[in-house]
Amino acid sequence: MNKQLQYLLPRIVSFVFEKLRQASTDLLPIALVIAFFQLVVIRRPLPNLPDIIIGTGLVIVGLSMFIQGLQMALFPLGENMAESLTRKGSLFWLMAFSFALGFSTTIAEPALIAISAEAADIAIQGGLLANDPKVAASYALGLRLTVASSVGFAILLGVLRILKNWSLPMLIIGGYVAVMLITIVAPEEIIGIAYDAGGVTTSTITVPLVTALGVGLATIIRGRNPLIDGFGLIAFASLLPMIFVMGYGLVVF
Amino acid sequence: MMDLINSFTTTLLLTCRDVIPIVLLFGLFQLLIVRQPIPNFKRILVGAIYVLLGLTLFLLGLEKALFPLGKIMAAQLSDPVFLQGSKDTVDLLDWTNYGWVYLFAAMIGFATTIAEPSLIAVAYKAKEVSGGTINDWGLRITVAIGVSIGISLGTFRIVTGTPLYIYIMAGYVIVIIQTIFAPKVLTALAYDSGGVTTSTVTVPIVAALGLGLSAAVPGRNPAIDGFGLIAFASLFPIITVLGYAQYAHWAATRPMKKQRGE
Repeated sequence: MNKQLQYLLPRIVSFVFEKLRQASTDLLPIALVIAFFQLVVIRRPLPNLPDIIIGTGLVIVGLSMFIQGLQMALFPLGENMAESLTRKGSLFWLMAFSFALGFSTTIAEPALIAISAEAADIAIQGGLLANDPKVAASYALGLRLTVASSVGFAILLGVLRILKNWSLPMLIIGGYVAVMLITIVAPEEIIGIAYDAGGVTTSTITVPLVTALGVGLATIIRGRNPLIDGFGLIAFASLLPMIFVMGYGLVVF
Repeated sequence: MMDLINSFTTTLLLTCRDVIPIVLLFGLFQLLIVRQPIPNFKRILVGAIYVLLGLTLFLLGLEKALFPLGKIMAAQLSDPVFLQGSKDTVDLLDWTNYGWVYLFAAMIGFATTIAEPSLIAVAYKAKEVSGGTINDWGLRITVAIGVSIGISLGTFRIVTGTPLYIYIMAGYVIVIIQTIFAPKVLTALAYDSGGVTTSTVTVPIVAALGLGLSAAVPGRNPAIDGFGLIAFASLFPIITVLGYAQYAHWAATRPMKKQRGE
């Protein structure tokens, strides 16, 4: 037992150090930028130095643990599910899973909740909504449901594209054209939020799962290339919310 | 210390709330539809705990160190007192007076993108799938350059007050033209890199910058002009990644053409 420990301990320590070193490299640019602006441009002492040091330590440890867990859990989970559902051969369940994955991870997203509440305020300021908390709340909820369904639909479309071998550039360019056309007719108050909605929907846990799902499908289905066909799900998840949110603006106002 | 434990518990609960829908969804499908044991279940469970704890510590550290600092700096750089510097009168509507803001936007956009966990995940997967021909650091740096150009241009837009959709539409036209000429192998990855850049680390600092700046520039409304920086940050990485793909393709085919005497 003691011998085993003697053998294992140095390896564990060097493994942990290597992971921490990688995470520190990831954070180095932020530290440099902040140091440069504090020392050279703003020239004021850093507030709460101990807090900053503790916080940076936590970020480094947290990031290395997350990346380790990513490779141990999130990637295999997404790939397993892609494999099991394809083997089952039921298109319906694969579609249902794709939609549910997009919808359920987006509806509770804190960034989306914050942005919907803010959007209701802007609409009231712009005179598009009656100044009534009930109206504002139902508008914000409608917006959240719209964004969540658009992400669900985006993952579904992305998976269908991999199965049917549709051209990704054609779909994305078509989406861009749709965004441009809807922008012309959409109310101005919703455009900024619609454009940002595309960026805030994909969270840190969803991205690895969705990527693994796409790459997993493209690996299993014959004739697909994981690099060319496996990616692209996230692209739909950031494009469709823009179209859906502007559409929501058109319907509501 | 008590304080730290308290905020740790709160953040852990919040992270759990994010994870619950995913656990329910996978559990439900595994039990009712797939009805087969998950391979390597123990390893996945340990990994899931790593993800949960890691993300909690990561967010806690960000809240404690980076976000307050980033927000304070964004506010200080866009403060009229700082912008005026030693001079008595500075025209706050003149876009040339915001040099430090553009530089800060570019540098912080680059730096936060390098630390973005979603991008690390996608870059890692791309490296694995391509058998190592796509370098994960190369991809992350290319994306980060795109974000830094995007956010810097976004701050310029807030200062000048030009409409958001003009920039976005011009960006789309560039992406469409690039798509026609870029090698097909990297287009999907390029499109994806737009969506992954803006999550945990980038959004709070960039949003603070946008709101602070639109409050400082006379005539801008934070509620309307403060938005849009995230849209810039998700569009420009697509352009830089497609551009890099074109360059790499060109660099790889050039010696061949020379040999053939073209």
